[in-house]
Amino acid sequence: MGHLRGKLLPPALAIVFSLLLCGVALVISGANPFSAFGAMVTQVGKGTTLVDIINSTGIYYIAALAVAIGFQMNLFNIGVEGQYRVAAVIAAVVGGSIALPTGIHTLVIIIVAAIAGAAWAAIPAILKVTRGVNEVISTIMMNGLAIGLSAYLIRRDVFGELRGNNIRTAEIPESGWMPGISFGGGGTMFGFIFVAVALGVGYWIMMNKTRFGFELRASGESSTAASAGGVNAKKMILVSMLLSGAIAGLISLPELLGRDHTFSLNFTAGIGFSGIAIALLGRNHPGGIAFGALLWAFLDKSGLALDNVGVPREIVTIMQGSIVLSVVVAYEVVRRFELASEQRRVGRELGTVGGAA
Amino acid sequence: MSSSTSVGTDEHPAVVLTGITKRFPGVVANSDVHLTVRRGEVHALCGENGAGKSTLMKILYGMQPPDEGTIEVNGEQVRFRTPSDAIKAGIGMVHQHFMLADNLTVQENVVLGAEALHGIGKKARARIIELSGRTGLNVDPGVLVEQLGVADRQRVEILKVLYRGAKVIILDEPTAVLVPQEVNELFDTVRGMQEQGYTFLFISHKLDEVRAIADSVTVIRRGTTVGSADPKTVSSRQLAEMMVGSELPSPETRESTVTDTVVLDVKGLKLMTPDGSRPILDDVDMVVRSGEVVGIAGVEGNGQTELVETIMGMRKAGSGTITLQDEDITKLGTLARREAGIGYVPEDRHRHGLLLTQPLWYNRILGYQTRKPTAKGIWLDTDGAKSDTERIVADFDVRTPGIDVPAAALSGGNQQKLVVGRELSGDPVLLIASHPTRGVDVGAQALIWDEIKRARAAGLAVLLISADLDELIGLSDTIKVMLRGRLVADADPNTVTPEDLGSAMTGAGSTSAAVQETAVVEEGEN
Repeated sequence: MGHLRGKLLPPALAIVFSLLLCGVALVISGANPFSAFGAMVTQVGKGTTLVDIINSTGIYYIAALAVAIGFQMNLFNIGVEGQYRVAAVIAAVVGGSIALPTGIHTLVIIIVAAIAGAAWAAIPAILKVTRGVNEVISTIMMNGLAIGLSAYLIRRDVFGELRGNNIRTAEIPESGWMPGISFGGGGTMFGFIFVAVALGVGYWIMMNKTRFGFELRASGESSTAASAGGVNAKKMILVSMLLSGAIAGLISLPELLGRDHTFSLNFTAGIGFSGIAIALLGRNHPGGIAFGALLWAFLDKSGLALDNVGVPREIVTIMQGSIVLSVVVAYEVVRRFELASEQRRVGRELGTVGGAA
Repeated sequence: MSSSTSVGTDEHPAVVLTGITKRFPGVVANSDVHLTVRRGEVHALCGENGAGKSTLMKILYGMQPPDEGTIEVNGEQVRFRTPSDAIKAGIGMVHQHFMLADNLTVQENVVLGAEALHGIGKKARARIIELSGRTGLNVDPGVLVEQLGVADRQRVEILKVLYRGAKVIILDEPTAVLVPQEVNELFDTVRGMQEQGYTFLFISHKLDEVRAIADSVTVIRRGTTVGSADPKTVSSRQLAEMMVGSELPSPETRESTVTDTVVLDVKGLKLMTPDGSRPILDDVDMVVRSGEVVGIAGVEGNGQTELVETIMGMRKAGSGTITLQDEDITKLGTLARREAGIGYVPEDRHRHGLLLTQPLWYNRILGYQTRKPTAKGIWLDTDGAKSDTERIVADFDVRTPGIDVPAAALSGGNQQKLVVGRELSGDPVLLIASHPTRGVDVGAQALIWDEIKRARAAGLAVLLISADLDELIGLSDTIKVMLRGRLVADADPNTVTPEDLGSAMTGAGSTSAAVQETAVVEEGEN
């Protein structure tokens, strides 16, 4: 019970705190916070907002899982952003240029995206393992390179084509699409959402039930104890980075397979960075990440309603930022409190005196 | 008590602690402690590891506030909020682990943080030279600390507190890092300074040393002072009984169980420093047989840690071979070596032995993530891990309310029992035990010794590294002395004394028939 309290209390505190903070910001800017928050909540029932939120949640969820795998062993894969961009353009190019039966075509695109993401992540992983290059620096640089690479690949003299005012890759034939669930006027839910759920289940099993998950967690908790326990640090860095990159490669697939069917200049950027925040918010736990992704998606999509009540949408960004900051602080406070109370409990049950220092 | 020459001598004792109580989560570290230190005396504070000595000294040095009780210095009640308050009141502390910057000179180390007193130039240098004489430090203040030996580093630490004006000097286990000869030199220094009016609070659990140096002794047990004694009349045995409240355990093993079966065979092992400039391990040859405990004696930092980590595969040997039961394991990784049957009790259980925030049963898996009963193929067997943890908790008397509490919630002794229990599971053929009873209470120490003895009788080969020479002599069948990365001498634990070992450890040459030099003694170094 104390366990659950330690897990649920911090995000709840953080959300309440950031609501207060945004309320203050709204009052200062001359708006009524209640009408603003009210508009956001009622927006959920309007038009396609609810389905948009679910779709967006799935995308954020995959991104945060990718980040969380690295976080588990204190590996900061800031490069999720670049990995999914490269994976998206390569998957779109491959998917648009091959002809395969329905289903298999989709599967090939998914595999290509995962491999492309992993390959892009392999570069910083190999640099770290062989040369000790800090992955934060190298993945940030790889993000910059990814933008350049994707821009080059969709040039008209490479794989791109001009369609209206937009440059894009060749459209993936219908055999490579992934059908969604239509709610008529309510929008269409991406079929890939189910893949996201499966990824979450797989992630939980991997972390809690497998040797690899154990070694990952042990490395994150104490790299020295892990190495004394026979965990090969270099192998773990390489494998977890590749896995993180492979999952990052799937981030754009809900949109690519379910709606856009092409990589164009309208590509949705920035999800990799949101993934970092959501993984922090969800404490790398598959359930926590799902909640964080949902919250993020809600703020994103229903924030659109703020314009209608004359409140700048950017208030949502303030809220997202303050949630992440306060959740990090809240977790640390609660963690220390829990550890101290656990020690007190052990001490009380054993009735020990002494054992200082 | 020798006469004090310092100004302002009066009736007031130097330090009086009254009714000090300090609680931490789960434990009362100090309860109702009373301590009176007269001016100009060497006052020893004795107690087992974990008895609360360190906490008490942290309170006196202003690092932690007491929950209850008062501190008086020179008859005036004081409240220390930080160590700098204590320093202002004339109290200085020499920590057990040196707090020196190796890449700075003696002068820079001394002046660091106290620049306001005499600047950082000539005045400071003159003051340091003046004070150096009192500590017996005969080196130029411009020498880098990394070039100094352990004993001189300790003098630099003392110099630091003198420079800040300390009159009462707390020495926290000052002899732990010294060999017997250096201990005598330290005691000469302390007596010399005592004559100049300095007061010492000497913290130790080594009773012979306490009786040799102290003018009075206060014993602390389970967080509270249990009495005072006159070191001139009390026997070590009486002191020990005051300290532990019962009889001391003995590490002594009775009969030899050594067999002819070679378990670990190390040949020509070499390891260089990362920059390749000098060897850390130099041509180490060693054999450990089934049923044998081979002890490695040596001053810390002479390659013992590296030897263990190289045998465990955590460091890659430059050359040489390591054979375990006729299998060459030189090229294998740590996990494969563990699977081949090596158990490993690391010297620092927090850094290398435990995942502190994880539950006990999760810690059971560490190092065994590929084997029964904690794993099946790529899958963890959490039920197996839990039930086997229950077994360890019962068999090794790990005091815990359950196996779901995080490892950090246990006391040091119980953590160590868990680690030893884990490393003795899965029928290892070789146990590498680095300082297996460091920082644990007497009860845990006795249990760990018993378990090592029992496993040895059952045919386990043990490589024991310890700074506790009594433990080493008591448990080992063979003792090897390590100096500057080499095994320089063999000693017979039946006849060798700690003093003999101490000589060999510092390279002073053999002074006893019990110590036989194995290698050509290196000369001309330094």
